[in-house]
Amino acid sequence: MKTITSTVMLASLFAVSANTSAATLDEVVGKGHVQCGVSQGLPGFSNFDDKGNWSGVDVDICRAIAAAIFNDSEAVKYTPLSSKERFTALQSGEIDVLSRNTTWTATRDTALGLNFAGVNYYDGQGFMVRKDLGVNSALELDGAAICTQTGTTTELNVADYFRSNDMAYTVVAYEKSDEVVAAYDSGRCDVYTTDQSGLYAQRIKLKDVSAHKVLPEVISKEPLGPVVRQGDDQWFNLVKWSLYCMINAEEMGITSQNIKSKMNGKDPAVKRLLGEEGAFGENLGVSPTWCGNIVAQVGNYGESFARHLSVDPLNISRGVNELWSKGGIQYAPPIR
Amino acid sequence: MAKEESAGPPEVTTKPWNDPKVRSIFFQVVLLILVVLAGMYIFGNTADNLERQGIATGFSFFGTTAGFGIITHLIEYNEASSYGRAFAVGLLNTLLVAFCGIIAATILGVVIGISRLSKNWMVSRMAMVYIETFRNIPLLLQIFFWYFAVLRALPQPKNSVNFLDSIFINSRGIYMPSAIYEDGFSLVLWALGIAVVAVVVMTRWAHKRQDQTGQQFHTIYYSIALLIGLPLLAFTVTGFPLSWEIPALKGFNFAGGTVIIPEFVALWLSLSIYTASFIAEIVRAGIQAVSHGQTEAAHALGIKAGPTLQLVILPQALRVIIPPLSSQFLNLTKNSSLATAIAYPELVSVFTGTVLNQTGQAVEIISVTMAVYLSISLGISAMMNWYNAKMALVER
Ligand SMILES: N[C@@H](CCC(=O)N[C@@H](CS)C(=O)NCC(=O)O)C(=O)O
Repeated sequence: MKTITSTVMLASLFAVSANTSAATLDEVVGKGHVQCGVSQGLPGFSNFDDKGNWSGVDVDICRAIAAAIFNDSEAVKYTPLSSKERFTALQSGEIDVLSRNTTWTATRDTALGLNFAGVNYYDGQGFMVRKDLGVNSALELDGAAICTQTGTTTELNVADYFRSNDMAYTVVAYEKSDEVVAAYDSGRCDVYTTDQSGLYAQRIKLKDVSAHKVLPEVISKEPLGPVVRQGDDQWFNLVKWSLYCMINAEEMGITSQNIKSKMNGKDPAVKRLLGEEGAFGENLGVSPTWCGNIVAQVGNYGESFARHLSVDPLNISRGVNELWSKGGIQYAPPIR
Repeated sequence: MAKEESAGPPEVTTKPWNDPKVRSIFFQVVLLILVVLAGMYIFGNTADNLERQGIATGFSFFGTTAGFGIITHLIEYNEASSYGRAFAVGLLNTLLVAFCGIIAATILGVVIGISRLSKNWMVSRMAMVYIETFRNIPLLLQIFFWYFAVLRALPQPKNSVNFLDSIFINSRGIYMPSAIYEDGFSLVLWALGIAVVAVVVMTRWAHKRQDQTGQQFHTIYYSIALLIGLPLLAFTVTGFPLSWEIPALKGFNFAGGTVIIPEFVALWLSLSIYTASFIAEIVRAGIQAVSHGQTEAAHALGIKAGPTLQLVILPQALRVIIPPLSSQFLNLTKNSSLATAIAYPELVSVFTGTVLNQTGQAVEIISVTMAVYLSISLGISAMMNWYNAKMALVER
């Protein structure tokens, strides 16, 4: 079975790589939807309900892009991808954009033919353990067995951390996140490690949520953001500015609720954002109201965060993902 | 001479393009050229596209530091090792589980295949239930079943199942003492080698004698005595040059000794059990392919049931069994790649999983992986063909 997937992967690399530098935007407009690569189910980021609807902050990026292009945030088709499949899917042209808690690293940016279009969640890697283990710090984990997922930065960070702290460990790496959770839950490992956001999200899948705790240490920088193929600057710009639109809108206090009342106002910055002044939509290759459409249909960055992450059962606080003007590091270049 | 020739029927001169031999060579050459051209086109095109998309190419990554850990390795490996070494670790893990799986599946399959033909109703029904159950459940499900069934049943390290304070079983694996060889142990190995040679020579001699005189010689008892006795003698003489490192609970887990991880056990079990159900059917078919008259003839000659199976039926059945058996061996080896689902670090999981993801060089890595599986398959085929040819010679 694996060999078949690999062959198909290889074949599609050969075949599709022929036309991937064609303008992605034209292709997307042609087929009428954005093909968006997401996770196979990570609550709060990209997750589907029993009706098959996708939601989460990563999904909102896909919807924002669709709103900018089609004035229809529902014009998205989703491709669920495991950590190890995601880059090949993007390189081969199977998806137009990857919005799936993916860490921006030097290798991925420079050697994989990819471009990171910004950061929609600043994260860091953490550890989760059973409370009855009596561990209070990651530095007490010498000799532990650690469950994680293949093809992630996590796999490398954990090696670095234990090596630099002179601690022994065994890493058990699964292909799918559900198997990591199941294995950790059935006692295969002492520790479950991934991005902290992932820990909070996956924790709700455990049998007894209250029996586990996340350790205080954050051992890495994990800036997560949407990714596109290298070599198509128009598409790169559109994805990048769809994200920046949401952040700028929050900063200016424009929400999906109050956007109507903000129209035809006096503030020139707001006018530019809503497309009442300037040619920003034209320069991006979409309609002048692109950003207004995003905010009206998807909401601003803060709304998206609040809707998916700051609610039960995740209850993730804004932390560093607060706007720069409020003590965080989320910062978007101005629309002007 | 010349006269005689001209006297013969007039020579039919065929034009080269009408000569079937020439034609077939021509078309084969054309096909070859087309294939090579297509190959070159695909290769060039891929290289161009990778370059244009800014994706790194080439095989130099084999030498770069891997930076990730692997849970079980047959050769020395750590985070500072290269991707090349990680590749070797994965490959060896694949070969290990394939080898153990093939042996277990064959033994189990033969036993069940023969039981399937048993005159005992209960035994043959049970064999049938086994075959129909395991043959019809998807392998991946069986792997998950064994993995999670095994995992859930196992205790945490602190409550390990303890055998004689030296073997411990828990959800991290089976911890066993590992042998530490001291000076003089090589003598024991030599003794074992000599015993093996002696057994081979003795068996040959016994066969020859039986062929010539008809007298039987029970090599089995002498063989066992030789194989155990000789090394034991050497072991005693050299003063027991062997000590054991016993695993001990340290912090979270056991340290020291050797460990067999649950992922290996689950994969090995499920591959063996699944493949054995196919092998059982092959064995049954092979035995049934030998006409019943052979059995009757043997019985008529007064040969007992055991030797009849061993000397009359099996040698003939083997010729029917071996070809489909080889393809089961190939299947088992290829199916071992399903291990990536349960974290057993074999080739696909380590190389096309982690390494591919860290380097992003899909084309190179998938090509190498395909080449490796092809080589393993060809190797197994070659071995089985050789064995088959050897068996076929017995035909009289
Ligand atoms: N940010 C890390 C890790 C991302 C990752 O794959 N995390 C896992 C664990 S939270 C996940 O999202 N799994 C969901 C899935 O595979 O569908 C990376 O980019 O390598």
